[in-house]
Amino acid sequence: MTSTYLPDKRAGRDAGPPPPAVRRDRGRARRRMLNWLTATGFQLPALVLFMGFVLLPMLFALYAAFFRWGGFGMPSDYVGGENFTRLFQDDVFLGDLWRCLVLVMLSLVIQLPFALAMAVLLNQRMRGRAVYRMLFFAPYVLSEAITGILFGMIFAPDDGFADQVLGRIGLDGLGGEWFADPSTVMATLFLVMTWKYFGFHMMLYLAGLQAVPRELTEAALIDGAGPWQRFRNVTLPLLAPTLRISVFLSVIGAIQLFDLVWVTTAGGPDHHSETMAVTMFQYGFKRYQVGYASAISVVMFAISLVFALAYQRFVLRRDLAGATTTMRGDGK
Amino acid sequence: MGDPALSRRGFLAASAAAGLGMTALTACGGDSDGGSSGTTTIEWWNISTTEPTKSVWAALARKFEAQNPKVKVKIVQLENDAYKSKMTALTSSGKLPDIFHTWGGGVLRQQVDAGMVEDLTDRTKPWGDALLPVAREPYLFDDRVYGIPFDIGMIGFWYNKALFKKAGISAPPTTWSGFLDAVRRLKSAQVTPLALAGKEKWPGMYYWAYLAMRTAGAEALQKAYEAKDFTGAPFVEAGEHLEELVGLKPFQKGFLGAAYSSPTGQAATVGNGRAAMELMGQWAPVVQADSGKGLGKDLGFFPFPEVEGGKGALTEVFGGGGGHALRRGAPQEAVDFLKFFASEATDLELVKKTGVLPVVPAAESAIADPNIKAVQEQLKKATGFQLYLDQAYAPAVGQEVNDSVAALISGSKSPEQVAQSITKTAKEEQ
Repeated sequence: MTSTYLPDKRAGRDAGPPPPAVRRDRGRARRRMLNWLTATGFQLPALVLFMGFVLLPMLFALYAAFFRWGGFGMPSDYVGGENFTRLFQDDVFLGDLWRCLVLVMLSLVIQLPFALAMAVLLNQRMRGRAVYRMLFFAPYVLSEAITGILFGMIFAPDDGFADQVLGRIGLDGLGGEWFADPSTVMATLFLVMTWKYFGFHMMLYLAGLQAVPRELTEAALIDGAGPWQRFRNVTLPLLAPTLRISVFLSVIGAIQLFDLVWVTTAGGPDHHSETMAVTMFQYGFKRYQVGYASAISVVMFAISLVFALAYQRFVLRRDLAGATTTMRGDGK
Repeated sequence: MGDPALSRRGFLAASAAAGLGMTALTACGGDSDGGSSGTTTIEWWNISTTEPTKSVWAALARKFEAQNPKVKVKIVQLENDAYKSKMTALTSSGKLPDIFHTWGGGVLRQQVDAGMVEDLTDRTKPWGDALLPVAREPYLFDDRVYGIPFDIGMIGFWYNKALFKKAGISAPPTTWSGFLDAVRRLKSAQVTPLALAGKEKWPGMYYWAYLAMRTAGAEALQKAYEAKDFTGAPFVEAGEHLEELVGLKPFQKGFLGAAYSSPTGQAATVGNGRAAMELMGQWAPVVQADSGKGLGKDLGFFPFPEVEGGKGALTEVFGGGGGHALRRGAPQEAVDFLKFFASEATDLELVKKTGVLPVVPAAESAIADPNIKAVQEQLKKATGFQLYLDQAYAPAVGQEVNDSVAALISGSKSPEQVAQSITKTAKEEQ
């Protein structure tokens, strides 16, 4: 516990009037005991829930990944690392990794810069600014499943809204089969992801931009810096912490992507939009090869963990220095 | 699935998972432990959680109780997937309900092999044998009866008569080359020949499964599964025939992303008259009308065509239904209930009120819909039967068939590769 203030007071009250000097030692020990009990009492329910529903299942998945197991009874058919070797020979899973990388790259190169551009634009004084901000943020509030159903209808070949509109304005050539064509499915998926998530990143950037002191921009203006120079040399460096967080969220999101893909394409056509989470679901809940699915989840966990640790260590280092989460400065 | 060498801990875990069922079961474990009143309670597990079936079945149970005052029927209803997982847990714990829902095939076979299912051959002798032969198939192992059906259905082509007429096709094709020819004719008449839900994979699997039945014969799919070998020439040939069809580009635009029952899916495409045919089960007309407009009088049904030179026949059927089995040592009252449930009076009611196909030949008269009648005709003539692969095979193998056939249809796997992938998964499943 970081603070002993509250239990202290309580214990004091319980003990009644200040104890005589003889009993002081015993009283202190008792108080310490009470503090400890209170702390445990408060932590226990959360700890039990966390152990039962987070830690144990995670450890169990790690255990199950070394078995050939159908998901019922206890795993008993130990196969060592077979699930993992099979995993890294599986074209679908290797494809998952590749598609994850593609999505991360597309996000970094297109989605986030676009969000940044919109944020800079909407940070200016303009009429209806709040309305635009709200409109762009609105898609983020929709659930992924609803978004998937919506865009499944919009991108239905021929009958869908997209093809109809393109047809009406004479751009039939641009329309196509969207989710149904192996060569366009990833692009379509990325389009939907951008639609849904750029507003969220835009909001992050807007918050970051508000924190950029006007004086600095003005000083740069007086020094004769043009708009690009002001943005590049003043705004962007000050926005860097926000950018780093936004990249982090974007990458983790790409690693765990499931709902949207499951609803729109279920990983198809022919695995061309499958993600690690979708593959895991297929094996775990369709084929009942739970041991193998556990191996996938372990690899997903490892990738996320390694990325998160490396990112914190090398990229977020400056942002986290002196943060409240470190153990230092806790002594007093 | 069920591991022969189940550890003690595994056993305990399974029993814990089955907690509720176990408690309920131990409460009425014995044959006639009715106690002072002398009544027997039989437990009936089924998956009829939706109306109208739910209340029709409940009413039937009350009717049975009224006819047999000393018997109580306790109904336990579970949703389809929950039921499957609960049954798997119960199977490993070694105790099943008195009467339980079954689809027959591989899962029932496992339970039979574990000695947990009552052999009904002699106890259902006169009336059980009179049921529709094809409906009894999934529950027969080595000529012994382990279950009594209450529903049966099959897959076949549902077609739009008006569009066939437009393309100048006078009669539904009965051979594969005739079928391909009809597809070509429909195409040249600017009609999309077939609708397919590529996103869902299982509708595509029907083509391969039927083609394999036609090239290799009705028994072949089951034998190949048991031998864990799908690499025989007829299976590769089945893939090649499917390739021929795919080569004609017969499916609707964007079929690889289409769902089955959505407003832009396979059923709606046929139901709205935008494709001439679909390969689907007896439920197809309902879904067509539900997700699309429905074809009404223009809708027709024909069985999957014969492949020239193949071992299979036009009258061999790919399908499945639902039935009931009894746990080993279930009381006589449970057998009485099965008899009651398979009686003409009950079946008439089921056909009329819950839309199932009759398993009692005499209940046919209750079918009003001409299309369902057509399916029934086909079922009556059936000379061979293959159960739906997801019930006949272990889940991983069934899914692999779906997956590799989908790959074949989208052009990324050859017929040989399909046969090899399925074989590989079948071998992995021990």
